[in-house]
Amino acid sequence: MNWEVVIGLEIHAQLSTQSKLFSGAATSFGAEPNTNTTLVDLGMPGALPVFNKEALRMAVMFGQAVNAEIGMTSVFARKNYFYPDLPKGYQTSQMDHPIVGKGHLDITLDDGTVKRVGITRAHLEEDAGKSLHEDFQGMTGIDLNRSSTPLLEIVSEPDMRSAKEAVAYVKMIHSIVTYLGICDGNMAEGSMRCDINISLRPKGQEEFGTRTEIKNVNSFRFIERAIYTEIERQADILEDGGKITQETRLYDPDKDETRSMRSKEDANDYRYFPCPDLLPIELTQEYVNEIAANLPELPVQKAERFMSEYKLSEYDAGVLSATRAMADYFEEVAKVAGNAKLAANWVMGELSKYLNTEGKEITESSVTAEQLGGLLVRIEDNTINGKTAKNVLQSMWEGEGSADQIIEAKGLKQVTDTGAIESMIQGVLDANAAQVEQFRASDEDKQKKMIGFFMGQVMKASQGKANPGMVTPILNKLLKG
Amino acid sequence: MVDQSIASLAKKLRAKEISSVELTQDYLARIKQLDGQLNSYITVTDEIALAQAEAADKLIASGSTSTLAGIPIAHKDLFCTDGILTTCASKMLHNFVPPYESTVTGRMLASGAVTLGKTNMDEFAMGSSNENSHYGAVKNPWNLDKVPGGSSGGSAAAVAAGLCVAATGTDTGGSIRQPASFCGISGLKPTYGRVSRFGMIAYASSLDQAGPMARSAEDCAHILQSIAGFDASDSTCSEVATEDYTANLEAPLEGLTIGLPKEYFGDGLNNDVATVIQDAVKEFEKLGAKVKEISLPNLNLSIPSYYVIAPSEASSNLSRFDGVRYGYRCEDPKDLMDMYKRSRGEGFGKEVQKRIMVGTYALSEGYYDAYYLKAQRIRRLIKEDFVKAFDEVDVIMGPVAPTTAFGIGAKTDDPIAMYLEDIYTLSINLAGIPAMSIPAGFAEGMPVGLQIMGNYFAEAKLLNVAHKFQQATDWHTKNPSLAEGA
Repeated sequence: MNWEVVIGLEIHAQLSTQSKLFSGAATSFGAEPNTNTTLVDLGMPGALPVFNKEALRMAVMFGQAVNAEIGMTSVFARKNYFYPDLPKGYQTSQMDHPIVGKGHLDITLDDGTVKRVGITRAHLEEDAGKSLHEDFQGMTGIDLNRSSTPLLEIVSEPDMRSAKEAVAYVKMIHSIVTYLGICDGNMAEGSMRCDINISLRPKGQEEFGTRTEIKNVNSFRFIERAIYTEIERQADILEDGGKITQETRLYDPDKDETRSMRSKEDANDYRYFPCPDLLPIELTQEYVNEIAANLPELPVQKAERFMSEYKLSEYDAGVLSATRAMADYFEEVAKVAGNAKLAANWVMGELSKYLNTEGKEITESSVTAEQLGGLLVRIEDNTINGKTAKNVLQSMWEGEGSADQIIEAKGLKQVTDTGAIESMIQGVLDANAAQVEQFRASDEDKQKKMIGFFMGQVMKASQGKANPGMVTPILNKLLKG
Repeated sequence: MVDQSIASLAKKLRAKEISSVELTQDYLARIKQLDGQLNSYITVTDEIALAQAEAADKLIASGSTSTLAGIPIAHKDLFCTDGILTTCASKMLHNFVPPYESTVTGRMLASGAVTLGKTNMDEFAMGSSNENSHYGAVKNPWNLDKVPGGSSGGSAAAVAAGLCVAATGTDTGGSIRQPASFCGISGLKPTYGRVSRFGMIAYASSLDQAGPMARSAEDCAHILQSIAGFDASDSTCSEVATEDYTANLEAPLEGLTIGLPKEYFGDGLNNDVATVIQDAVKEFEKLGAKVKEISLPNLNLSIPSYYVIAPSEASSNLSRFDGVRYGYRCEDPKDLMDMYKRSRGEGFGKEVQKRIMVGTYALSEGYYDAYYLKAQRIRRLIKEDFVKAFDEVDVIMGPVAPTTAFGIGAKTDDPIAMYLEDIYTLSINLAGIPAMSIPAGFAEGMPVGLQIMGNYFAEAKLLNVAHKFQQATDWHTKNPSLAEGA
């Protein structure tokens, strides 16, 4: 049977507020257990939540960025369940009246087509703490540092039809929240986590199949692999005439498989009701307008500007605007180099090779944008040629300093003195007298083929320092005798 | 000294007729002597009280004008007090020593008040008789076989018996007013949001409100002055400015319009209680007030509405008592589920468990609309009844409870009868308006409280009306024989 996969995503983005959603405790990562806590985060009797308005501003920014309706009255609700790292016995979230309502965003697929994905809603909620099972023989340790950290849960419509589309969507959300500066996007530290709802249906069928939910996947690669794995698992069951059980599953990246966590029957009745400790949030149109007016440039706008301002191709503009860090890096290189096209080629080409080899993000690059720009300046002014520049970049990557320092230290400066180039070429021709003879005896077509040989010999003799633009005419003149 | 007002004690303290240390010693001695009969305190903080009294004496000597400086008071045992056991009268919190101070107790400390201890109550403020306490029932000082009312029964009994000058209480459905009525003292439930709930262990967050319990309206005014006002730590605390609550106590009542809701005088109201209330209203007429019959048509719906909303909120508020971080944890739990079940099963008393179950049920999927949402709709109707009434009248008066204090054990097996006890008080919490109970007479030897209800943030008006009554009558000066040193 030909199956169509239907995917919807719930993304939890941790908002980059200084303090927590309902307390003044810091949100910093990696502090000693239970030190980033107040009475509120510990669930002390009598403690009351106070809403962090910064989180509200960030949520409204997101809503604007995905063309969504803003909930002018939104309400916090309690989601009740027992868990040792949930100190109050409920999570404060939003249910019937989320801060962000229906919206949408566009993703570009590999073949260049643009697809619109619907956003169902996005709501504010607090994170729970963490249960620590190691180091406490037979017991569980509780760390409440993360308790009450602000999250924005972004729920998509079931609009995605492949793992690639799902990843493109998550990347776009990642890009938007980091552009807005409302989430650091650090998936390894859990700043962005993803629940994947996935079902199959025979191609052409209108009705959705039974779905499963894969919880807490935290990298682009795992999202893609988890989806492939789950599609395969569901297809196997359906092909055998079986039925999919509606359940929550976990993805195990080591075994590349999903495992059942709990079925629908075991699901909690969360008994949502409006939190009586918090007033409904009432927004004014002025407040929303003010945020809309001050929204930073978003990925799509940035890509458009890169095309018009720097004359980049749509593809290049898309790659370079994919993350705010990448875009900022590129623009800095372009500014220093004074040649945006050259900057684009080097960032996407040579630099990306180093990054990919070492599995680093642009923010972790060993070569700063200023350094790379400095290198390109020396290509532009003919101090070095492109081939030499690649060697300089390698030295730069290894921490040997700026382009000028490396060129100086290694004596890589291009030779541009006509007399010096001429005598060097003459030396090469003298050393290859037989080939010169052969060249002179050949017809024009043959000569064109042979010129490459002499060119190579000259560059070799100059250790790459000869300016190829100057070598060609002199070489032609001397060869013809 | 035990039947003196806060104002007169404050004067004596400044005139050096008595020191706060001496006054505190008197009260601590009385507690030691008499509280064995009443059980009104869970914790008596002798040493802390004397240290605070000493500090208060210095404060007064240095010219402090705070009326509460050096006055020995007590707190209901659900206000978190830094370093002092705070139990909510529950086994669940039998060992809980808060690391912080509630706003109410903190403000009273800042006013220089001396804390004698923490008073008994119905467990987690759930009850109308103070029989639901892990630390045992509280007795009514007017008759030791009768209940003091609840849930602030310890505070009411302690004030009535002269075991403190005044006390704090909390009122979720009548828990200040009904025990004030049963024990013959004055109690004020302020407008919801007038007093911060920060540090008050929550029963039903949208209804809970702290207030003063004292020997007179004037004393209540002094305490309200200290505890009322905005607190950034409680999002539901109002930013409406406080008033000078003692400034207009003496304002004449000529032209005051009193509304008498006919629903407060119907079936179920004890005849003797009705007579006391009618006599009190006549007294107000003598003071120049006019009386108007009004209607609060949805009063009968307040019991079902309250007993859905309050338990619903409670079921969630009390989830944090899970044996994980503080409070009671069962012995040798087999696993997590066993720890939850036994810690909560053993730590909570029967009434608390019952309300948690009712609330859990009301919020469950499939029942939420029929119970919780419907109860909220009724709540809006009740509120509208009051808003309409206050277009016509300045204050509303009626009984606090249908009867005087009942016998200990008389209603423990009849929850419906117990819940009906609250018929005249619940709607006030649902609407969020302020109301007082003041002593208005006796029926069969037991005190009867008159309830005075006011518009939102009209605490100063309520206190004025109550004070004028107390100037014209002496019901509030009557003491139970126990308190006379018997």
